[in-house]
Amino acid sequence: MSRTRPPLLPRPSLRFVPVWRRNLRVWRKLMMPSLLGNFGEPILYLLAFGYGFGQLVGELDGMSYMVFIASGIICSSAMFTASFEGMYSAYTRMAEQNTWLAMLGTPLTLDDIVFAEAVWAASKGLLSATAILVVASMLGLVTDARALLALPVVFLAAFTFGSLALVITAVARSYDFFLYYFTLAVTPMLLLSGVFFPLQEMPEWVQWLALALPLAHVVEIVRPLMTGSWPTQIVLHLAVIASYGAIALVLATALIHRRLIR
Amino acid sequence: MTPPTASALADDTGAAAIAGGARPAIHLQGLRKVYNGTPAVDRIDLEIPAGEFFGLLGPNGAGKTTTLRMLLGLTPIGAGSVRVLGMDMPKQEREIRARLGVVPQFDTLDPDFTVEENLLTYASYFGLSGPALTRRIEELLELANLQTRRRARIDTLSGGMKRRLTLARALINGPEVVILDEPTTGLDPQARHHLWRQLRRLRERGVTLVLTTHYMEEAEELCDRVAIIDAGRIVACDSPQALIAAHVEPWVISLSAASAHRFIADPATLPARMLEIADSWLIYTADPVAVRAELESAGLPHSTRAANLEDVFLRLTGHDLRE
Repeated sequence: MSRTRPPLLPRPSLRFVPVWRRNLRVWRKLMMPSLLGNFGEPILYLLAFGYGFGQLVGELDGMSYMVFIASGIICSSAMFTASFEGMYSAYTRMAEQNTWLAMLGTPLTLDDIVFAEAVWAASKGLLSATAILVVASMLGLVTDARALLALPVVFLAAFTFGSLALVITAVARSYDFFLYYFTLAVTPMLLLSGVFFPLQEMPEWVQWLALALPLAHVVEIVRPLMTGSWPTQIVLHLAVIASYGAIALVLATALIHRRLIR
Repeated sequence: MTPPTASALADDTGAAAIAGGARPAIHLQGLRKVYNGTPAVDRIDLEIPAGEFFGLLGPNGAGKTTTLRMLLGLTPIGAGSVRVLGMDMPKQEREIRARLGVVPQFDTLDPDFTVEENLLTYASYFGLSGPALTRRIEELLELANLQTRRRARIDTLSGGMKRRLTLARALINGPEVVILDEPTTGLDPQARHHLWRQLRRLRERGVTLVLTTHYMEEAEELCDRVAIIDAGRIVACDSPQALIAAHVEPWVISLSAASAHRFIADPATLPARMLEIADSWLIYTADPVAVRAELESAGLPHSTRAANLEDVFLRLTGHDLRE
């Protein structure tokens, strides 16, 4: 049996690109509603929270609440977009449409396919973050060019969240299963990682918990870049995000392999 | 690995003839797969020469699909070896699948795409693009008789159209070997005959074909050789005609159960073998004239036909329901 066991580490090839392009081709067919969501939602969030809360909160960490929250939403939006793509959409392709099974009749392997899905989820996360950045600059909330450096960080982060979502997809038996992950992981991260209010306001153990999860580290890098300063401990933050991503990708590939190649 | 080149595409199946000769297209040796202690495939040895149309028959759960899945690298090989076109599965799975066409049992067309986009996208997985591919897609649309439906969405196609498109998709890379898992299940007779014609054309062009089916007349009609699998083992393997000659009497006379009970008190004295299936009886015989004389003198209605592959199949795998 051992001779056909998949290698421990996935070995994706450049053949992942056509899989990514297949997803892009589908997305382009439904581009308008998707883009409307990408641009519309952050505008609503910024206006509602920014104006609504902003009046009460005033300044936070030396910046207006609108600016504070814009730099947070860019991170949480990348997380949500990539997670959705890695769960609902990827599950549809895996379990409902047999898209991956069809691909396995070609020179593609599951290593290529899972990697492509993670990169695709990252691309969608990057797209939504870019939309927010555009909206925020038009509203005058972002003025420093360093904000552009946030985008590669967001892409890495979205790759991590997409890979984590693919781990959940690998073990899901139905769409309902994803609610566990949203309730137990995504929502706590959203609330505890400094997106809506500074992490320092929380009890110390909550801060440690937040720092054990990836989103807080994304915010720690992206917020300074968005607001015209340089992040500190950037290597540490990137290392946490990248480690989560790498481990999740390996795990997702192995679990999906076990599920489909049987 | 190198994807098929444009010239390989244009010269559809020439490679199969060149690659033929002594080396079998498919070689399974001691193939075995055990699920929860039960062998699904139990030491299968099989050699399929290049250019042969080969049928894999067996009741549900006999191990046909597991065998095909191991052949395609979709199931880990329990024991034994799979060689396709001289290459080792799973070590060279990319190289093998680059030269293989697959028609899966269930529809795996991409519902988000049109007919043409399905072919284009699938081709991209092989690394194919450019003018050679455009020509290839035109050829395949014509072959599948789908030129007028090229921009149609998949959910607007009939079952027969979807099967034709799936076969066209499997041919996009000009494969030397095509694997078909129950390709005609659920098709009406017209659609089935259209598919048969296409498969025969592939056979004429030297493509090696491996087919599983539950329709014995289909296997008899199409296949050069068939293997009958039961409980994970090959119980017989030869041309349909040779199997019929070897395993059953050449003539079959059927009559209703009620008639049968009135027929000859002691069947052992007859030059025949009798078998009850559901509510009728089959009499297998090499001497139909004698049996029919008996039946006619008793005034019992009956009908006579030549023995076929289904008779062999039932003889070798039994009559019990499998599920």
